[in-house]
Amino acid sequence: MSEAKPQALRAEALESILIERGLLKAEAVDEVIALFNERIGPMNGAQVVVKAWRDPDFKARLLADGTEAIKPFDFSGGQVDKLVVVENTPNVHNVVVCTLCSCYPWALLGLPPRWYKDPAYRSRVVREPRAVLKEFGVELDEGTEVRVWDSSAEIRYLVLPQVPEDAADLSEQALLDRVSRDAMIGVAL
Amino acid sequence: MGLSLDTAGKFALEGPLAPPMANGELAFAEPWQGRVFGMAWTLCESGCFEWPEFQASLIEAIARHDEMHDDEYAYYDRFQEALEALLIAKGLATCAGLESRQQALAERPHGHDH
Repeated sequence: MSEAKPQALRAEALESILIERGLLKAEAVDEVIALFNERIGPMNGAQVVVKAWRDPDFKARLLADGTEAIKPFDFSGGQVDKLVVVENTPNVHNVVVCTLCSCYPWALLGLPPRWYKDPAYRSRVVREPRAVLKEFGVELDEGTEVRVWDSSAEIRYLVLPQVPEDAADLSEQALLDRVSRDAMIGVAL
Repeated sequence: MGLSLDTAGKFALEGPLAPPMANGELAFAEPWQGRVFGMAWTLCESGCFEWPEFQASLIEAIARHDEMHDDEYAYYDRFQEALEALLIAKGLATCAGLESRQQALAERPHGHDH
């Protein structure tokens, strides 16, 4: 008897049936896995953020219509039907969740981290965002307003973090290195 | 379970951007998770279903589980259930067919369970 996990056997069973039916090619599945494992990552989102930091016109267009503004980047991976970019300011901190499942701007950030799919994060960040942010190490001033954005199949959110104070002294690469995935979800600064 | 300080701290300390493989965790913890994700994506691209249909199925699978869950949360288990449910609803697979194929695969001799 095989000792493979039931889920692995189930996935193999499904794939073999779909291949027999001509609905699927194993090579196409391999390509998708490679795309997400190797090529799409939060780097795409960081490029957008850094461009917004350096180019006020682009930032204005990005905040007005994220979907349209990122078209020239021609990111692969799709699934950003409508992108809304929300800006952090000294007075407002934004954080993104999907309370129903795990809607996420994949083309910009790759696959969501495990905690993003966790029921605890999905429910708690809505009820007590400050407490959750604190657990992530984000301490906000009392006066800072926290806005929680609930993603859906139709709308994906990306947080535009505040520009670093020393941005003027940094190269583009150094700025890219400053943008973390978590900052673009809103659980880091 | 919840967002433990340990987990949260780990992510808070994540500094510079890195490729997804090095960004705190693997994109797929086990190979089969990549397979079901890749299958869903490919089937959607080839027009077997629309992505919102899959999302609706995933929301249902997660809601079914959230109602009674007390075990460790397993996202890709729900993902797999959602994909199966959608394909069965569309007549592209059958529950019996999946069961018997899974059984046949489980009974393979060692060395073929890669």
